[in-house]
Parts: sequence; C-alpha cells; structure tokens
Amino acid sequence: MSAVNAAGWRPEMSQGSAQGAVTASGDKGLMLEEALIFELGRPGTCGVDIDEPEGAVLPGLEKFLRASAPDLPGLTEPETVRHYTRLSRQNYAIDLGPFPLGSCTMKHNPRLNEKVARLPGFADVHPLQPQQTVRGAVEVIVQLADWLVTLTGMHAVAMTPKAGAHGELCGLLCIRAALEARGDKREVILVPESAHGTNPATAAFAGYRVENIPATADGRVDLAALTARLGPDVAAVMITNPNTCGLFERDMKAIADAVHAAGGLVYCDGANFNAIVGKVRPGDLGIDAMHINLHKTFSTPHGGGGPGSGPVVLSEALAPFAPLPYAERTAEGYCRLIEEEDAGTDHPHAFGRMSAFHGQMGMFTRALTYILSHGADGLRQVSEDAVLNANYVLRSLEDVLDAPFGKAGPCMHEALFSDVGLAEGFTTLDIAKGLIDEGFHPMTVYFPLVVHGAMLVEPTETESKAGLDRFIASLRSLAERARAGDAALKAAPVLAPRRRLDETLAARKPVLVHPA
Amino acid sequence: MTTYYTEDHEWIAVEGDTGTVGITNYAQGQLGDITYVELPAAGATVAKGDAPCVVDSVKAASDVYTPVSGEVAEVNEALADAPELVNTEAESGGWLFRVKLADPAELGALMDKAAYDAFVESL
Repeated sequence: MSAVNAAGWRPEMSQGSAQGAVTASGDKGLMLEEALIFELGRPGTCGVDIDEPEGAVLPGLEKFLRASAPDLPGLTEPETVRHYTRLSRQNYAIDLGPFPLGSCTMKHNPRLNEKVARLPGFADVHPLQPQQTVRGAVEVIVQLADWLVTLTGMHAVAMTPKAGAHGELCGLLCIRAALEARGDKREVILVPESAHGTNPATAAFAGYRVENIPATADGRVDLAALTARLGPDVAAVMITNPNTCGLFERDMKAIADAVHAAGGLVYCDGANFNAIVGKVRPGDLGIDAMHINLHKTFSTPHGGGGPGSGPVVLSEALAPFAPLPYAERTAEGYCRLIEEEDAGTDHPHAFGRMSAFHGQMGMFTRALTYILSHGADGLRQVSEDAVLNANYVLRSLEDVLDAPFGKAGPCMHEALFSDVGLAEGFTTLDIAKGLIDEGFHPMTVYFPLVVHGAMLVEPTETESKAGLDRFIASLRSLAERARAGDAALKAAPVLAPRRRLDETLAARKPVLVHPA
Repeated sequence: MTTYYTEDHEWIAVEGDTGTVGITNYAQGQLGDITYVELPAAGATVAKGDAPCVVDSVKAASDVYTPVSGEVAEVNEALADAPELVNTEAESGGWLFRVKLADPAELGALMDKAAYDAFVESL
C-alpha cells in the first residue's frame, strides 16, 4: 500500500506487527490493510446503473441545482462491501471479546432479544399508527413499565427518554415542574464529586446553578458537607448510586431524608442499577427520580450497536408531572398511552414531551425479553454475578495495582485502580495501550477524576471465570511490567494494525475532511 | 511584580493594579498535553472563585478559577493557535488572562512561592 497515506498521518502497518516481514500487498496473512474509500475509488466507476435524468428541472427548483457533480468515490458494489467489511475486521466489539469499560457497561446482547425485536408485529409497526392497531406494542411498553416500577419500588415511570442523559433531563424537568407547581423558585442543584459527569451538565442545561459536594476519603458523598449546604435555594441533589468509584452510597437514605426535610428533591443517576437489581429498591431509599439505562442494566445494544434508552422512574410526588405520552394500565387492566387529546382529563400536569413518539420501541422489546427470560430470581442473580465478577477482578489484582478503596470493603459492579506504584514515567495510558496488544479493549482510564490515573474496570456478569482469568492474567502482566519500568511497554501497542497515535496532535489539529 | 498561588494551582503575577493569571507548571504536568484553551471575553467581570476559563487536555477538561475579582483586561490570543504554550511555558508565555483587580486585599489569602511549593510537596 505504498501509494496511499500520502499525507503520512497513518503509520504503515509494516511498522506494527510485521517483525520484518513485508508483503507486496501490505496485508499480513488475513490481517488486511485498507486505504480510505476516496483513495480506492476511480472516477467514472459506479455500483448502480442510473438513468440519465430526462426533461427540465421542475419550476422553482432551479436554485437547488448543483454547480458541479458531487465528489463521490467511484467503486463497484463488491468493492464497497469489502471496504467496510475489511474495516470492521480492524474493529473490536462485544461479540469479539470483553469490553471492560467502567461506568459504561458493555455486556452481551442476548440473541433471543434480537429475535423477538424482529417479530413483524414489533419491527414493522409505525409510530403514527392508531393505538388500537398496535395493542401488542402498547402492551410491551406498559408491561416493561410495570417491571421497572416494581424493580425500583417507585410509583410511576416516564418511558420516552432516549438515553441516560436524556432521562436525567426528564427527571430534572419533572422536579422543576413539581417545584413550580408549589410556587417554589429554587435554583441550585448539588452534585457530589462521585456522580457521573453528565449530572452537572444536565443540571446546567435544565437552567440550574450547580454546586459541588466533596467526597469523603472512602470515595462516597460527604453527608455532613451536603447537609450543611442544604437550604431554601436547593432544588435537588443528583447522586449516582452505586457511584463512579464503584461504591454503594450507604448514606443514601439519610441523604434523602435530609434533602426532603429541607424541601428539596432527590435525583438518582441509575446508570449503575445493574449492580443492585433485586437487592435494593431505590424507592425505599427516598429517591424521587432515577433513570434506568436499558442498554446497561437490561442488555439492549450499546455504543455503536444500538440506541440508548433511559426510562425515568418517579416517586408519587413527581408522577403527576411525567411527560406525554404516558404509559398506563387502567383499573380494568387495559394498556394505553395517554396523548395530548386525553391528557387534559387523565394526566393534566405533564410538563410536556421528551420525544416526538413513544421512546425506543426496539429497546423496550429487547429489555422486556431480557427481563422475562431471566425472571425476578434471574435478575437478582445478574446483579450478584456482576458484583462478584468485579470483586474477583479487584482482589486478583490488588497486589500489583493500587486499589484506593479496596481496603474499605467490597466494591459493587466496578473495580477501581490508581497509577500509584508504577515506575517513574509509566502511566495508566501505557497499561491501557498494552491491553490492546493483549487483545482486549482497554478499560476506562483517567475517570473518575477523584482517583489519580484511574483505571475503572467493569467486567459485567456476562464474562465467565475462565474469561476473567485471561483478562486478569494480561492486566497483571502489564501492571508488573509498568512497575518494573519495562521500556517496551511505552511503545505499546506494537501488535495492533496501528501504533500509538498522536492523540495530542489529533485533538489540536484534527483532520476532518479528505483531502486534508 | 509579585506572584501568588492558589490551592487550585493557578498563579497570578501582579503588577500595579493588574494581575496576569495562568496555571502552574505542576498543574500542566498533571493535565498532560493541552489541546484547547477556552478563554473569557475581554471586558467580562469576574468574581474571585469564578471559572471564566477552561483548559482541555488529552485527559480532562478543567476549570481555571480566577484568584481575584475584577475585569478581564486582556486574554492570551496566542493560545488559540498554540495551546501547547500552556505546557511549555506554563508560568510565562502560557498565561491565560489579565484581570484589573477590583480588590487588591483578596491577594492576602493567596500563597507565596515557598508556601505553594510546600503545598505541592504535601500532595
């Protein structure tokens, strides 16, 4: 591939794993080099046979005529298919191996979910169909809503938010609506350091002023500092539980009681609900609103694999303000979605809408399939296994990696390590890059910020002990090399299709167009 | 010219009624390579403890708090094209913004060089 990469921004693969072996093609065995699609294309080549346009342009559309032909790469259909398939082989996916991203659960997407979601009665419905023609789909939304309310011990659920942060916004808008309904103009939201980064962003977006609450030495919310700050200007606190340090906020009930006593409300970031399903009901802890990431806790596809979905469970105080359409099972057991035409009588305090339609229907179907295929006992075991796996990783590595909160007791679903103890000049980034050579996607690094050089590992319940042992052996080896100051590790990855890229240059001078 | 330091790792070099603010060499080392600096608008009014400036690095986006109250007199335009100055010359050419001091008494709460060095040593 000497003809490509004229700009020189991609290191040649021969500098990677070639170990001296150079092929005429640039490919190595079945590991394939791939040029940019613009470099592959030839002018005049086209995958489809399109008729020349006939006749004049419709009157009024002349101004939309292009001055020149679009600069599209000319490829045949098989060349195009191969291009993207070859690129996909350089990618890493949950179907290829573990994805130990902390705070960003990536777990197996059961194939049964996919099968059910593809049933024509679910896959082929249109959001503008009258409700009476899609009774089954409405039943799925309401059944899932029932499960979410039961599992969380809450009063109601807003099903339409499209992802976790969208759910946070929905929850805060419910809180704002409830406060305004009682004529309360509170303007501050307290966010502890141990919360997800999206929490302060959501609060600011919803028009609130954000104030930080410090963490204690053991990685949890400082209850005394929080209580001291409460007052008539505090609308709510946003707490992530279990938090980003992988710890359960054991003072949650006391926090909620103190906030309620001061007239505020409690938002819980439920992104990590997968650690406590069947063990703790957030409703019992005094929480007023909590989003649930269906793509984390209930195994729907995540990241590049599919859209998120973030239903928000609500306390009795907030339920009347839930957005439309509002999923409801009537006293007669009849499932329906309350829309604007009925809201005046049946759900009059809704703050508005979060979404044009009903939410992520495809994710609802998958999540309900997951729930029904596990059953209540199975869901409890999911959480137990997720926590067991994380603690197995924590205890298997704490002799070679510093675990800042390891002494305080078990972790929840995430094992957190710091860079303390690595040789001078060796960093968390070196270990993360080394994991690529080992054939694993790196864990979350440099987050949470409260831990220096953080490495946050969430193994999830779907990894077997054998799989975890392989991961642990690799991470142990890398930790030992970083402690010993093995200079070769600074060059990692050396076995990947690309070497360590210049992330700084990529951020400072991003090349976003072709040709550059 | 006297230079003062904060526990949030900002420095402020005061000359007359104007203070030049930046982040310390220790801070840039912790942040790693700086990729972008979001500067305040000249003329903006800032209060001590406000975060009128954000420094993005390959690791994180970090607020920079102003050690004093006043009006932003000038910002370091050179950082738009060369954010790496914050890495290479954190305590000189990589300055962020200048503040016309509203209350010079606020400087009394800040650390001098010796106290800051001892503070960093204790971290």
